[in-house]
Amino acid sequence: MNVYYEGVLASMGINILLALSAYAMLATDRLSLGNAGFMAIGAYVSSFLTVELGWNLYPALAAGACAAAVTGALVGLPVLRLQGIYFVMGTLAFGEVVRTFFQNFEPTGGAYGMRGMSGTSLEMIAAFVAVFVLLFLAFEVSRAGRAAYAVRDDDQAARSIGINVTGARLLALVSGALIAGIAGALFAHYALYIESGNFNFLVSANAVLFVILGGMQTFWGAVLGAVIFTLLPEALRFLADWRLSAYGALLVALMVLRPEGLLTRTFLIRLWRARSGRDAA
Amino acid sequence: MSVILEARGVDKRFGGVAAVERLSFCVDAGELVGLIGPNGAGKTTVFNLVTGVHRPTAGEILHRGTRISGCDPTAIARRGIARTFQNIRLFPSLTVLEHILVAQACRATVRATQFWPFRTAGERERRRQALAVLDGVGLSARRDEAATHLPYGAQRRLEIARALATGPELLLLDEPAAGLNDTETADLRRLLDALRAQGYTILLVEHDMKLVMQVCSRILVLNFGRLIASGPPAQVRSDPGVIDAYLGVAH
Repeated sequence: MNVYYEGVLASMGINILLALSAYAMLATDRLSLGNAGFMAIGAYVSSFLTVELGWNLYPALAAGACAAAVTGALVGLPVLRLQGIYFVMGTLAFGEVVRTFFQNFEPTGGAYGMRGMSGTSLEMIAAFVAVFVLLFLAFEVSRAGRAAYAVRDDDQAARSIGINVTGARLLALVSGALIAGIAGALFAHYALYIESGNFNFLVSANAVLFVILGGMQTFWGAVLGAVIFTLLPEALRFLADWRLSAYGALLVALMVLRPEGLLTRTFLIRLWRARSGRDAA
Repeated sequence: MSVILEARGVDKRFGGVAAVERLSFCVDAGELVGLIGPNGAGKTTVFNLVTGVHRPTAGEILHRGTRISGCDPTAIARRGIARTFQNIRLFPSLTVLEHILVAQACRATVRATQFWPFRTAGERERRRQALAVLDGVGLSARRDEAATHLPYGAQRRLEIARALATGPELLLLDEPAAGLNDTETADLRRLLDALRAQGYTILLVEHDMKLVMQVCSRILVLNFGRLIASGPPAQVRSDPGVIDAYLGVAH
């Protein structure tokens, strides 16, 4: 395959994982702008293990993901006490703390960054995307998935019927951190070189943007958002210097014309019924 | 008779405002107790205290002799205390049937199985039970509709059905007749009678005095956060303190 297309597909896969990580938290009504922090932890921990300690890629990747998940749990316990805009600010601060930590942490290269990682293939990224899409699909049709919708819609009513709202949010945050950690580890071993700037605030914001634009009602929205909004800037390359301005204008137009995002749950249900022939109307 | 719910000297202050003061009352098993009082008397605050949304500033609340004040709302719901809300709080993403299914999990003893994605025999059984609950409130025909698209009266009934699906022994209903027309209020009255016949204990906040006088076995009257009267409907209706609270005292 052409190197350019392979690169676009690889970053699409990593973006899908990042969008799913943001979606996991948004699905319980918590907007995180710090997922790049979890991504950085996955990237640096796994890279340190493969480059400095000579680990195999897979155990290193698992260790990076676990480190991100554990950090998610430790950060989540205090941060989940915050609501609304304060939670957003708390996660934003967390992301910046992690970024500046790695900028100054000499054992992982500090400001020089890290190099020497390799081993991620496009097939590997695709396999991870497939695994997580299946996991989200299973979760969404499970009873726990239904409870997550209740938590997102109205947490006070959810508590009144015995749903453990804090537990659901903590689980969402930890799994979101885990997925971001995997995305980071895959990214590091694909890009071959990482520096703390790769994990800045814009990466977190983009992950949330994919979900909002794709649609927040189902995880398929996150997937679709990541696919389209990875391809769109590439498709706009003919505009040269105006590319990102046009991209921004398209995003604004989309939010005005379709605030619920591209994909809605009712649309999926209608599609499903039409296919199974129960209700074509 | 066994006491289901007891409040002992409960105070609730919001800053300098005393919403509830030295409130003590008991609810026995099988009773339908009305909680009435003028606007701002503290009725909804009492519900929020019992269900753990608020924590009492002083005093304690007991469920079957165990202190529940200080527990979180989830734990209290799982003990068998369910409620509805004054301003309806349904889940916009869920259908009518899904509201019942999601509330049923309250009774689950094993929580890990909730992540299982496949339709099991247990799930079919739960669906059957959920439809029976919907039948009880006359909503089984609309099971697949989005809950927030239902007419107002049906939304109120769905909230009661959702509370019932948690398998409670004590139901707290916060103004279930608010905004209902005469036919819907008559339906509600039949539902309340049926629930009582099934053995549910009910605490009812309501402004529709005709309904309260008809269905309640006992009435508690709150005014400015204090209990000013308590007793059977006929006694409360003729209580001078209650008449003053509702009509104002002539000066």
